[in-house]
Amino acid sequence: MTIQSKAYGSVEIDERQRILFPFGILGFENLKVYALLDAAQQPFYWLQSLDVREIAFVLISPTIFRPDYEVKVFEDELAEIGLESVEDENALIFAIVTIPENQSKMTANLQGPIIINKETKQGRQLINSDPRWKTKHLILEELGAERTRAC
Amino acid sequence: MLILSRKINESINIGDKIEVSIIDIRGDQVKLGINAPRDVKVYRQEVYAAIQEENLMASRTTTDLPALESLLPQEKKKT
Repeated sequence: MTIQSKAYGSVEIDERQRILFPFGILGFENLKVYALLDAAQQPFYWLQSLDVREIAFVLISPTIFRPDYEVKVFEDELAEIGLESVEDENALIFAIVTIPENQSKMTANLQGPIIINKETKQGRQLINSDPRWKTKHLILEELGAERTRAC
Repeated sequence: MLILSRKINESINIGDKIEVSIIDIRGDQVKLGINAPRDVKVYRQEVYAAIQEENLMASRTTTDLPALESLLPQEKKKT
């Protein structure tokens, strides 16, 4: 199917990339259908609204810069998108990225992760109840710290 | 908005399944106890507000994404 995207204009996607967010995303509750696209720039993804072309979120896998990332959420909230736990093999976990003018200060929201059930193609934004995780984690700084540790 | 006055150890019921008690009051801080069914999510309001605000900012992000590697200080790359 062909969709209109904010980043790439008209693009062809597979039906499997279409994700339903039954509860929307906080602040965007009315928008319930998105497409998950690989961004041209690794390791980012786009979560593109299929209702409003101008609404799209940049996503990243949190473990890329925080291998210690953990999601603590209510099980019944996961059940609502058909998952038993965040360790479920069908669970994909992303963080929404905010990119300010100075791109090196880009941040990821680890307090409100996006969880997608890749089998049922449903997703939702959950609130991580673990107080270690905030709405603004400096990706490059934490990635740098992680690499230093790894050396 | 309904406004009720309560003292320490008093409580209010919301419907027949949710009870909010005043546990302690110290200075400008009130400690609340909440009894609610497991499927009722209770969050501090500012957590919701912070995530909403962050989503709003994220939605305005440029479409001109950098490659993450290009922003990192030059060093040996992962093999």
